[in-house]
Amino acid sequence: MQRRQFLQSSALASTLLLVPKFLHALDRSENQLAARLRDAPGGTAKRLIVVQLGGGNDGLNTLVPFRNDLYYKARPTLALREADGLLPVSDELALHQSMKGLKGLFDQGQLAICNAVGYPNPDRSHFRSMDIWQSGSGSEQLLSTGWLGRYLDSNCAGGAPAYQALEIDDTLSLALKGAQRNGLALKNPGKFHQLTQSRYLSRLSQEKAAAPAGSELDYLYKTLAETASSADYLYEKSKIHNSTATYPNTDFGRNLKTTAELIGSGVESRVYYLALSGFDTHVGQHGRQAQLLGELSDGLAALAADLQKSSEWNNTLVMVFSEFGRRVSQNASNGTDHGTANNVFLLSGALRRPGLLNQPASLADLDQGDLRYQLDFRSLYASILTDWLGADDKLVLGPGIEKLAGLV
Amino acid sequence: MSTAWMNKMATSPGQLREKVALFWHGHFACRTRRPDDSLALLNTIREKALGKFPDLLLAVSQEPAMLQFLNNQQNRKEHPNENFAREVMELFTLGRGNYTENDVKEAARAFTGWSYDAQSRFTFRERQHDAGPKTLLGQTGNFGGEDALRIIMQQPAAATFIVTKLYRFFVNDVPNPAHIEPLTVAFRKSHYDIGDLLERMFSADWFYEPAAMATIIKSPVVLVAGLRRTLNLKVDNDKQLLGYQKALGQTLFMPPNVAGWPCGRAWIDSSSLLLRLQLPSILFKNAEFAVRLKDDENDITPQTTGRERTVKNTETTHLPLAPIQQLLGGAPTENQPQLLADFLLQAPLRPENLALVQQAAAKATTPEERLRNTLLSLLSLPEYQLA
Repeated sequence: MQRRQFLQSSALASTLLLVPKFLHALDRSENQLAARLRDAPGGTAKRLIVVQLGGGNDGLNTLVPFRNDLYYKARPTLALREADGLLPVSDELALHQSMKGLKGLFDQGQLAICNAVGYPNPDRSHFRSMDIWQSGSGSEQLLSTGWLGRYLDSNCAGGAPAYQALEIDDTLSLALKGAQRNGLALKNPGKFHQLTQSRYLSRLSQEKAAAPAGSELDYLYKTLAETASSADYLYEKSKIHNSTATYPNTDFGRNLKTTAELIGSGVESRVYYLALSGFDTHVGQHGRQAQLLGELSDGLAALAADLQKSSEWNNTLVMVFSEFGRRVSQNASNGTDHGTANNVFLLSGALRRPGLLNQPASLADLDQGDLRYQLDFRSLYASILTDWLGADDKLVLGPGIEKLAGLV
Repeated sequence: MSTAWMNKMATSPGQLREKVALFWHGHFACRTRRPDDSLALLNTIREKALGKFPDLLLAVSQEPAMLQFLNNQQNRKEHPNENFAREVMELFTLGRGNYTENDVKEAARAFTGWSYDAQSRFTFRERQHDAGPKTLLGQTGNFGGEDALRIIMQQPAAATFIVTKLYRFFVNDVPNPAHIEPLTVAFRKSHYDIGDLLERMFSADWFYEPAAMATIIKSPVVLVAGLRRTLNLKVDNDKQLLGYQKALGQTLFMPPNVAGWPCGRAWIDSSSLLLRLQLPSILFKNAEFAVRLKDDENDITPQTTGRERTVKNTETTHLPLAPIQQLLGGAPTENQPQLLADFLLQAPLRPENLALVQQAAAKATTPEERLRNTLLSLLSLPEYQLA
């Protein structure tokens, strides 16, 4: 593990203190709620869907360098071959054979692939590397907030509600926790709404000025009020659109469908966060990875088609990442161990630069058996924040992060 | 291991030792893949939690779990690794701004050779130690690791740093310099006696003033252990409780990083608050509340299904009412909510909430149910989340 910096009182943290205003809960009276629903600007703002592949997806068997001898040498039994049904996207690179859906999107110019994305001094521990990706820190920094949480802090001061950023899950990830504002986690609007419906909680959530302003108790009551009003809003609103599209019959597939329904209903969330886990393929990688990549590809293709139907695909950007790639050489158990740089997928109906965005990492010039990163993941974040979400990336990521011009 | 410690926190007569140990467990945050090493570190912490801080610091610094976690195994004369030296100063003793980059380099040289053997015992490897002269925090000599810790603890910043952190854990998330300065002076005079410091803290007049009440959001461990302890809860399956605790964001022995758990408001988001407020209903009324935990991607169980990660309540807790009835003595039923609130809550019970609690109590058909409803509604108030 490398050196860390405790950033509690850094310049970055202090700029976030400029947005101290705590949101007031929406007025929950039925009429006002109905008016809000009617007036909501349906789907004009651009939104981001982040898909996190947990466990460290093997990028080399996802986008395969199928003409490279070094690849076949490093992976005598694990390498994929053209005969396996690889799906070529260039003379040298092919998508895994189970990713027909994503190949289709690639051919339509709706998929962009960034190669060799990582960060300096990579950490091979799952929890630490995920922490780095979710917080948007360097490997030598410790941040206790997430990059999307700080986006909420910087961009939604004053008026925006918690459902600006939704995680489709029961619990909230660090990525969506800010210093002042948090995103909101829900498995689906119905379940979430039901949790706020006990008479007791609902009465508590409506108490006004329950505690001295600024106190911890005040914070708890305000969070509760805001949670209840967000649950009402999301529940009422989500009834508008039910998707009839077919998604994989898996947890991830259902979460994608929930996402499409929320978007199709005109919910004003700018960020959605979903995870697909199980990519930690130390043993018997072939079957496991094929199944997961198939689920990912089928799910995202279904989402793209579904959002196209509701005319939201052009306003939507999907970013798919994993906390690290895996080592170039296979291990003795037909699997791969923790590695470093990896590919990141971007999908949208309105990509400015589709296709392969940069050269894959060299297999000849390795760093102790691992790929060298060429592109810092924070550059991707910065470009997405600025050019897609219209935010100030410096407030979120700090100064000195280079953006990629014309990425999105 | 987690359940065993939670049981201790919930039932041990030495409650203070367990709570202070929990503080040090976060202060000396450490993750290992070896449960035996983690347990050894915790036992060292529990044993020395109320003793002299320099003894605790030295013992923790020589635990294999910590040496491994902070890479001191790789800290050798020819290739110093600064991780351990840096964290000792930044996170354990002084805080940022109270040492220089050069101090980190020099301290790292002093710690070269601190290692452990195959049986997880601390070993000093003389051949890897850099015996040359070092200049650390203004002093020069052929320092070893013990010297480095001694010199660090001579810095005035050490007492301020540790007292402030303990104050934020026990008294108020917002430190008050007027309270902290005299404690710091006394802490140094006592040669960093932790027990003495806490006694002074807990016997200060300001500790009992209303301004110091209900100022800290309980951590998930404190919340769950407190519920169990205060109500003398009987738990058949404490793994399930651990699941809820994990859903609230705190798993013992698994701090998020070397800085320990971020506390205070960082514990609270919409979903964690809903779960916190419904925890009493889950435990006493078997209310339905299923949470699917995130896959924590450890290498011990690389692939778990969503079903395996789902926590559900399964009627495994029992609430004995007799001790509470005894506590209430013969108090008339209409006074019971207020009496119990005084006992359970640090913040005053406001009239609206008293009315809510009374309404819930009035729905009961038996005295036992009445008492149970009263307890349940008091513990489900946001006020109960505060210490």
